[in-house]
Amino acid sequence: MKLNAKIPQGPLEEKWSNYKKTAKLVNPANRKKLDVIVIGTGLAGASVAASLGEMGYNVKSFCFQDSPRRAHSVAAQGGVNAAKNYKNDGDSIYRMFVDTLKGGDFRAREANVYRLAECSVNLIDQAVAQGVPFGREYGGYLNNRSFGGVQVSRTFYARGQTGQQLLLGTYQALMRQVDKKTVQLFASHEMLDLVVIDDRARGVIVRNLETGAIERHAAHAVVLATGGFGKIYYLSTLAMGCNGSAIWRAYKKGAFFASPSWTQIHPTSLPQSGDYQSKLTLMSESLRNDGRIWVPKNLEEKRIANDIPEEERDYYLERRYPAFGNLAPRDISSRAAKERIDAGFGVGALKNAVYLDFSKAIKEQGQPKIAEKYGNLFNMYEKITGINAYKEPMMISPAAHFSMGGLWVDYELMTTIPGLFALGEANFADHGANRLGANSLLQASVDGYFIAPYTIANYLADQIKVGKISTKHEAFDKAEAEAKLKLDQLLQIKGNQTVDYYHKKLGKLLYDYCGLARNKEGLEFAIDAINKLRDEFYKNVNVTGDSDRMNAELEKAGRVADYFEIGVLMCYDALTRDESCGAHFREEYQTPDGEAERNDAEFQFISAWEWPGSLDKEPILNKENLTFEFVQPTIRSYK
Amino acid sequence: MKLNLKIWRQKNREDQGRMVDYTLDNVNTHMSFLEMLDTLNDELIRKNEEPVEFDHDCREGICGQCGVVINGIAHGPLKNTTTCQLHMREFKDNETIFIEPFRASGFPIKKDLKVDRTAFDRIISAGGYVSVNTGQAPEANSIPVSHEIAESAFDAAACIGCGACVATCKNGSAALFTSAKISQFAQLPQGKVERNSRVLKMLHQMDAEDFGHCSNTEACEVECPQGISVLNIARMNYEYNRASFFKSKKH
Amino acid sequence: MTVTRKLLMSLTGLFLCFFLLIHFLGNTQLFLPPSEAQQSFNWYSHFLTGNIFIKIVSYVLYLSILLHAVYAWIITAKNKKAGGNYKQDARGRSSKWSSRNMGILGFIILIFLVLHFQNFWYVYKFGSIGLDPWGNKDLYTVVVTAFQQGWLVAIYVVAMIALGYHLAHGISSGIRTLGLFNPKFVRWVQYLGVAYAVLICLGFALMPIYIFFTSK
Repeated sequence: MKLNAKIPQGPLEEKWSNYKKTAKLVNPANRKKLDVIVIGTGLAGASVAASLGEMGYNVKSFCFQDSPRRAHSVAAQGGVNAAKNYKNDGDSIYRMFVDTLKGGDFRAREANVYRLAECSVNLIDQAVAQGVPFGREYGGYLNNRSFGGVQVSRTFYARGQTGQQLLLGTYQALMRQVDKKTVQLFASHEMLDLVVIDDRARGVIVRNLETGAIERHAAHAVVLATGGFGKIYYLSTLAMGCNGSAIWRAYKKGAFFASPSWTQIHPTSLPQSGDYQSKLTLMSESLRNDGRIWVPKNLEEKRIANDIPEEERDYYLERRYPAFGNLAPRDISSRAAKERIDAGFGVGALKNAVYLDFSKAIKEQGQPKIAEKYGNLFNMYEKITGINAYKEPMMISPAAHFSMGGLWVDYELMTTIPGLFALGEANFADHGANRLGANSLLQASVDGYFIAPYTIANYLADQIKVGKISTKHEAFDKAEAEAKLKLDQLLQIKGNQTVDYYHKKLGKLLYDYCGLARNKEGLEFAIDAINKLRDEFYKNVNVTGDSDRMNAELEKAGRVADYFEIGVLMCYDALTRDESCGAHFREEYQTPDGEAERNDAEFQFISAWEWPGSLDKEPILNKENLTFEFVQPTIRSYK
Repeated sequence: MKLNLKIWRQKNREDQGRMVDYTLDNVNTHMSFLEMLDTLNDELIRKNEEPVEFDHDCREGICGQCGVVINGIAHGPLKNTTTCQLHMREFKDNETIFIEPFRASGFPIKKDLKVDRTAFDRIISAGGYVSVNTGQAPEANSIPVSHEIAESAFDAAACIGCGACVATCKNGSAALFTSAKISQFAQLPQGKVERNSRVLKMLHQMDAEDFGHCSNTEACEVECPQGISVLNIARMNYEYNRASFFKSKKH
Repeated sequence: MTVTRKLLMSLTGLFLCFFLLIHFLGNTQLFLPPSEAQQSFNWYSHFLTGNIFIKIVSYVLYLSILLHAVYAWIITAKNKKAGGNYKQDARGRSSKWSSRNMGILGFIILIFLVLHFQNFWYVYKFGSIGLDPWGNKDLYTVVVTAFQQGWLVAIYVVAMIALGYHLAHGISSGIRTLGLFNPKFVRWVQYLGVAYAVLICLGFALMPIYIFFTSK
């Protein structure tokens, strides 16, 4: 299939306004006759549902959490980028566009990235109007900080809870529409399948998580804003419920899946302390501004950190990247930590961490100054680990964080199934092979507030003639029957192992072979191993309870069943990309000193995977070539 | 360490429910409280028993989904801490731990430790927002807000909606939750436009949800993971009295 | 509306607090030397019954007591139903005992009021009561006679302790319900409320004790 990104004509700066000028509109009187289903209530989902509701469409909004306010956007700490140039430090939409494209290692579309930067300014206006309490200067104007290794201050923040505050603004906008009855809210509902009629997305099958009831919902368009699937690694910074099931079921109905293996591994998370561990808590990246990262030089080091003399410490980031040192970008820092840990120099009980040491900063600046900057983080660290980081170094390690990959979408954020849109982290869109800090909140919001309302309207314009979609259609019968069958199948296995057991095993396989570093042999092994594990899962998992009532184990089992399949696709994706770019580091393709080696001649494309119709067949690779008209790809160097 | 657990089990909304005893060996002190429950569930599944349903999601203290009453205290013994951030090192070997759901008539129990907190959503839905449509917003810096007011509004806005305030209130009152939102907007210029109608509508909804009266015991502030101040309740009262006094007949 | 009910509690409660002050100041005459006290106290009592303004105030007072008690009952009943019952309950750690038990304290005060009205108010209004040398009803002697009974003194003292705790929470809570939220003022009100509660209740409790030990 030929992929058409539908990039509008014209100069970069005018593409989006040209699109908006010519996009089709829907008569206000007709809008309430058009139904839209939105899955997910994070920044992307809630904002598009609210915006479409305001415009007068008939919206149904679904989330698996008990309230829309709990979507995982809530957990983003750092901030949101916008090219406002309030600091007068030379920022501009163009500069932000270049930073984002470059940060993504030139594996994103120019037009999309430019639009992201362009709409960033509107987002701040929107959020402020909603009453989001951003940090302010004493004069009353908005404050910014610098973030993620760029040279300007363009990050807006609300203490360490920017995601929460932005999400609450969006949530409130959504709840306002719920009150006005333009949006119907279905919390505690999980999507089980997408319904496609005559090659168009026409509805969903969902399960009421409290009663277990399977429901059908029909619409003229379906929007998936279900976030990332980094939880596939089991140990990640994501919430326990984050999953890839909605986008995966859409993939199996014909939507292409782009770059599934590009997962950002965040360098400063808390390490795993035991098998029981369910989650790796993120510590803000800002700690690296004053903390120095090191491991012992001796392989058999037994001493505690404070007893190891200076000359026996290996400050490996400062050694390898003298120019950026401890502030090297996320992918590079994570990889360097893994290299040391794999070589046996890791610290902590499981030898899986590195030290993040503040002793020098405390000596130079004094403890009060450090407490002022990072006090809440030091408290959080002590709460979780019981260790006072003013006295001894923190232990940190890399953890799966953000999915750059997701459903392939065109410029209109529409997938290869007409009428099916994917927004926010659920699509592959704007971050290329590596996302810059504070761009995730931005992308999710911009997709939902400023892009999808135009592009969905453009799609819906000629749908009015279709009339109401009926849930009686045989496609609904079929999808519902399949969804039920799948649940029953899981419940009938009655084996000896728990769902989490398999999830942890899968996560370990992926982390080892399709994580920070990959190679051909490992990926081929992993494909085989995951398939075997999947077979074992279907023979030996034990899902207790029934499907006609609340059953968290059944929810988990369904998600993990999909994770096996996503995991295999991730490995294929990593295997077929014979280059290193951004988060994707193939060990075969590195410079003699261990840096990533990108191959623009052969791999300047997006891998969009197509469901081959059965799990026995290999997925089909489609390529969307990337062309760079405005910025020429360069090599990222942090030496 | 070894633990004796007494956990509330309830099949569904209609079921009476009861405390059930479990013992759990080999609990690691580095485990979080929810990981301890994971471990228990793991054992139960292996014995083919139904695991304990409990709410949780982000496990880093911000989503507000988790929350149980541990030994009679919402979110357990530590102050300003959600259940997910509580670790087993806070407990002693051989300790008996009571685990119950958040109880209040405004929070019906759905199953085991999961309660229905959708009343909070309905309270927000009644008026906890600034009525601005997408695309209407003026340039952000055209609305200056002093540093102090922005910080003070943030203090109120930091609420995670977990419901510990209701669970810990002897009256099952939702005053702290409701007042936090009212107070955030009452301070900001963006929110002042609708201040009268907002407080009246939100309080009307709060009352419709079967919550009790606030009697200013201040327990909610102490157990709130975000330390939301009870003075927000006082501000809500002010806003309400003011709005009632000035309200037009039409409203 | 919950907040309206609370507002009513606050307004009636604060009015009663204000009344207590007047009542207290008037009663301090009991500390005068006996003969002087008898004259001025009885004259004061007489003055209060004859004054139309005082009459209106007294009706407001009766109404306040009634409303305060009835609404307390409505609110407490609702709160009891709305709040959770835990098998293991340690919620008390995060609040003061008095704030959680305003109902009980109030009930004690109500019982006391019945007794108090019966002891003096009823006797003064409807009972047979002698005249003092100045021709006023001799309430003073009634008071002195009453407080020569140790058990009654004890009840009065206990009631004043209950009232003290009731006021210590009630005053600041009531003012909070009116909408005072400025942290500085709230703190002042808290201190003032406690000081007021201690002063009034200690003073009131001292009256029967003083009489018990001085008039034999």
